[in-house]
Amino acid sequence: MDPAWFLLKAHVQPITNMVKKFKDNEKKILLAHGSGGKLTHQLIKSFVKKFRNLPLAKLDDSAVLKFKGKLAFTTDSYVVDPIYFPGGDIGKLAVNGTVNDLAMVGARPLYLSAAAIIEEGFSLVELERIIDSMNRAARAAGVKIVTGDTKVVEKGGADKIFINTSGIGLIDSGVDISSKNARIGDRIILSGTIGDHGIAILSAREKFDFQTKVKSDSQPLNGIVWEILKVSKKVHALRDPTRGGLATSLNEIAEQSGVGIEIEQEKIPVEEEVKGVCEMLGFDPLYIANEGKLVAFVPQKDCAKILNVMRKNRYGKDAQIIGTVVSRHKGRVVVKTNVGGERVLDMLTGEQLPRIC
Amino acid sequence: MKFVDEFRDRAIAERIVKKIERFDSLKVNLMEVCGTHTMVIFKQGLKGMLPKNVNLLSGPGCPVCVTSQEDIDKTIELAKDENVIIATFGDMVRVPGTNSSLEKERGNGADVRIIYSPSEALRIARENPARRVVFLAIGFETTSPLIAASLLDVQKEKIDNFYIFSSHKLIPPAMEALLESKEVRIDGFICPGHVSVTIGSNAYKFIAQKYNVPCVIGGFEPLDVLQSIYMLLKQIKEKRTEVEIEYFRAVHPEGNRIAQELIDEVFEVSDVMWRGLGTIPKSGLRLKRKFSDFDAEKEFRPKTKKSKENPDCACGEVLRGVKKPTQCKLYRKICTPEEPYGPCMVSSEGTCAAYYKYG
Repeated sequence: MDPAWFLLKAHVQPITNMVKKFKDNEKKILLAHGSGGKLTHQLIKSFVKKFRNLPLAKLDDSAVLKFKGKLAFTTDSYVVDPIYFPGGDIGKLAVNGTVNDLAMVGARPLYLSAAAIIEEGFSLVELERIIDSMNRAARAAGVKIVTGDTKVVEKGGADKIFINTSGIGLIDSGVDISSKNARIGDRIILSGTIGDHGIAILSAREKFDFQTKVKSDSQPLNGIVWEILKVSKKVHALRDPTRGGLATSLNEIAEQSGVGIEIEQEKIPVEEEVKGVCEMLGFDPLYIANEGKLVAFVPQKDCAKILNVMRKNRYGKDAQIIGTVVSRHKGRVVVKTNVGGERVLDMLTGEQLPRIC
Repeated sequence: MKFVDEFRDRAIAERIVKKIERFDSLKVNLMEVCGTHTMVIFKQGLKGMLPKNVNLLSGPGCPVCVTSQEDIDKTIELAKDENVIIATFGDMVRVPGTNSSLEKERGNGADVRIIYSPSEALRIARENPARRVVFLAIGFETTSPLIAASLLDVQKEKIDNFYIFSSHKLIPPAMEALLESKEVRIDGFICPGHVSVTIGSNAYKFIAQKYNVPCVIGGFEPLDVLQSIYMLLKQIKEKRTEVEIEYFRAVHPEGNRIAQELIDEVFEVSDVMWRGLGTIPKSGLRLKRKFSDFDAEKEFRPKTKKSKENPDCACGEVLRGVKKPTQCKLYRKICTPEEPYGPCMVSSEGTCAAYYKYG
């Protein structure tokens, strides 16, 4: 039993409740808000007003969109607990998460759907706050939320609010990015520090007896991917290491591309505070979730210019080359440790924090 | 990170390894007693940096791993009581008992909460006055003073719904039992760092003197471990058998008196059953009579049917350094961190988990 965290406890402050408490008399979501009747209409109208865009404003059963070219299509559900955390909230996460999934195949995200499952009794003020956050995130990423849905379930049927978003994006010709495409000799670039999101969530949870200043890195990555593709379309693989962390993403690519991966622990940027929390609780930052970082597998000859544009982007200023794709130990990731030892870096096994996104 | 990065310096590591390589005439088995050492060795890839003549054996210093099957079964019985909240460190939850585990019981509706410090368990007790909180006190001399301190708080605050299931164990008697069994040749011990912060280096003197086995108390950073190995080799080469402190930034020969007094105030030494090692005399801590009101075993009297370890599971041999995890028939084939058959695969300090994860 490593008791280091006992000793360090003196350095952390007691937690204060992150979630703003609202007064009891405020307006709450009722089952009728999901019945399809008048209240439902009121609710939907308030969304439409916020998201303001043509396909949505028509209020037809489907948004009608015109496309020409190769489409990327993705979906994800967001159940993060707590719904507000340092650096973001469930709404921002739901938009950025899906935007990033599209960006990771080199697509330009265009349209999103948003569907919420809301627990009866959830505050309308909080709902509005989340919708505003989604709206801001969508604008920042340059995507439109063109269709949506809300359902209300009885108290206890869901925990506050769950959000699903799906997204559609366009892939330019000549772009072929897939986790199957990593090649021997590729350089591996990481866009910035790892572990921020997971640790921010962890410290926002009331049951943990500490608080940190770590903020979630929830941010859209389509901009940085766009910059990368402008200087080189030869990017082989992209991943945003969310659940399971960087270690899991690298393992997936090694396995799917049938190559070996070698990385240098020294090169991987980790915020001091994230390191500290990980040391205290016995976590490895390599396995902690991120919501705004990417790892890129690029040919060696394009590496320098890609790294250069990444570092100029606000979401990639800490970008680093962290490793290389090799022909040895196919399907496995080997990390050179700080002291110069080597070890296998496996996928996440055992304990994982539930409901991190 | 300050005070951490300094102990992970590559250039210094290379220098120490070079010094270790000079002892190439010695073929030695060194045992790292503590599970946290095992983890550092694997996580930092230290084995690969060492010359072939230095063989590292993992010892019985993972508290969850050495907890007897009977104790595991008792905690599972306790969890079945609807009025009980079990508060425990995370690793205990997934350890398989004879028929169930705390995790499975939680699936059946038991209230099992993972905590990070005894004070959290106390908080749960304060917040749930109508229910009874049982804290699974599993650990060595590192955790026992903290638990003793929290029990004194409980007494002072007159909290009457807090209980301790004490499965605390002591490290030096287990080291002695390993030497007595003569199953494996141990040429030197890397003694646990944090245990030694409490008990001091003098607690191992009898090992060095009676059994002629050199001891070095090591810290938990990779440079600490490498330096400890070097110090052991130097002792062996110079035919000295002493207890030396590498982790001198935290360990004192006398140990931490206050912590020792806390332990003495609340606990008394008892014979206790270890997984893999059997019953070792005077190797456990049980609550003193004046604290028996807080003793979960006395209060709840958990009954277990015949506790049985999985006969194919080699955790016992692994804990004695007799077998490597790879020599267990279950390892990796059916025993994995997702579906563990023995505690050494569950615990974050378990040797099997270390082999699986980093091997």
